[in-house]
Amino acid sequence: MRELVIISGKGGTGKTSLAAAFASLAVNSVLCDADVDAADLHLLMQPEVRQRHDFMGGRLAWINPDLCTGCDTCRTLCRFDAISERLVVDPVRCEGCGVCVHFCPAGAIEFPVQRCGEWYISDTRFGTMVHARLGIAEENSGKLVSLIRKEARQLAEERGHDLILTDGPPGIGCPVIAAIGGATALIIIAEPTVSGVHDMERVLDLAVHFNIPGMVCINKFDLNPEMTEAIENIAKKRNVTVLGKIPFDPVFTHAMVAGKTLLEYGDETPTHTVVREIWNKIITSPSMHSFGIVDLKATIQ
Amino acid sequence: MIISIASGKGGTGKTTVATNLAQVLGSRVELLDCDVEEPNAHLFLQPTMTRSELVTTPIPLIDETKCNFCQKCSDFCEFNALAVVGKQVLVFAELCHSCGGCMLVCPEGAISETGRELGMLNVGNAGEIKFINGRLRVGEAMSPPLIKRVRAAADPDRITLIDAPPGTSCPVIAAMHETDFVLLVTEPTPFGLHDLKLAVEAVKLLGIPAGLVVNRADIGDKAVFQYAEDEDLPLLLTIPFDRRIAEAYSRGKMMVDELPEWRQQFIELFEKIEQIVKENKEASCVN
Repeated sequence: MRELVIISGKGGTGKTSLAAAFASLAVNSVLCDADVDAADLHLLMQPEVRQRHDFMGGRLAWINPDLCTGCDTCRTLCRFDAISERLVVDPVRCEGCGVCVHFCPAGAIEFPVQRCGEWYISDTRFGTMVHARLGIAEENSGKLVSLIRKEARQLAEERGHDLILTDGPPGIGCPVIAAIGGATALIIIAEPTVSGVHDMERVLDLAVHFNIPGMVCINKFDLNPEMTEAIENIAKKRNVTVLGKIPFDPVFTHAMVAGKTLLEYGDETPTHTVVREIWNKIITSPSMHSFGIVDLKATIQ
Repeated sequence: MIISIASGKGGTGKTTVATNLAQVLGSRVELLDCDVEEPNAHLFLQPTMTRSELVTTPIPLIDETKCNFCQKCSDFCEFNALAVVGKQVLVFAELCHSCGGCMLVCPEGAISETGRELGMLNVGNAGEIKFINGRLRVGEAMSPPLIKRVRAAADPDRITLIDAPPGTSCPVIAAMHETDFVLLVTEPTPFGLHDLKLAVEAVKLLGIPAGLVVNRADIGDKAVFQYAEDEDLPLLLTIPFDRRIAEAYSRGKMMVDELPEWRQQFIELFEKIEQIVKENKEASCVN
């Protein structure tokens, strides 16, 4: 089983548009949208939901005013300033640690498990898709990402698919760490801007930290040729293959507005061709041909 | 006054709006880059840092000479950060939320605390602008505690601009919570609109007044504008797609410097925000 995870560090570099384009080219794959707190892949995939499950995340404290004696123990012990002077729990601040619950002398604090979101198994025109929606302002995004990746893997195994294509979240924190652990390879979408270069270096560092091979795809390369060159130099130094350079092209936005992937939209342009070539390079790369065994020679330096 | 700049979707122009606003407000303002996973504001404002400090969060340290392996700590921990295996206590530092509960429940007094490195807090100046950012350590999963530390370093006498991370989960909430205004930045595309709706839900949950900046306003479609109207979300600024702006951004330049005709627009943006915040405060006083 091979899993390709698409990340970028910086948001808005084209992860989802490219993940969708790759999905239209991939044969025998399962799609997984691991950007659970601002998921967008479904807007291009129009999934038909076949299974819907609750995601039960952490717990939240609730002080029962009928039992509370006002002793203030909870407020003194809470390290998250989540309990007000009137002894009411602020659900936004409550971390769900249970300290107040355990030490309340009156046993007045309830601690129910929260429904933090939903996850789905759906059919799309490109095969099965596993996706999710984290509730607004919820924690545990990493836990939900791990859960849907596990489900995608299980489904792929059951149904005889040999590839999972995962659209990852931006950043380098909790959900990204949950999205890349154990991946066969990462596709990093970089843009040639000072922010793009800075953020790409941070995700490369993260990939080094977890020993994962990766390849870079430069999007909107013609926006700044010097920055594009900087990305190519960094990639060379760090043992990262540059898969190709995609021009800045409004066709991505037009396809998005039409609810289509790039390759389903409009006549073949050089942009379409370069995206096809990039996909061919990905699937024929040594990292993707080792039966899902991590290609240590290709790990990022 | 604290203004957070957020978006839902990444790459819509949060940092562009935050840094350009800071640039036109000058000495009245401080900018807090709370996108600690991928901080970028310093690339544009080029601050001189005057202070850097390592930020840590407490995690348990087990004294195995006192521990009797009763498992009360591991039973208590909601985050599975502790496990007792035979005559050994394993601490999974990266899972710890620093609640201190294990230390409180240990009957033997065998638990004290040490620190896990979250990242760096940097304070400096970009001209007259006060600048603070956080940089999450690569490999660290939890950004909210570092975001809270960045916010705690703010100077209350200045107008505080917070560059928030993308998304709608806990890091964004840590950046928007208890601010006076949320400036939402989006682009008029299906992705931009979808994630804007999520961001608006988050803002409503927190009960903070909000306004909208539409960036690259002439790409995509009109649905974002219709949504803003239906939601009574005031449209405070539109920035068209302009290759000169995109290129300046790619080089780390600010549009108010490269294209000075934008200065007035950002000053007016701030005045509109100030007006809304003032009206909101008056309304809540009356209530």
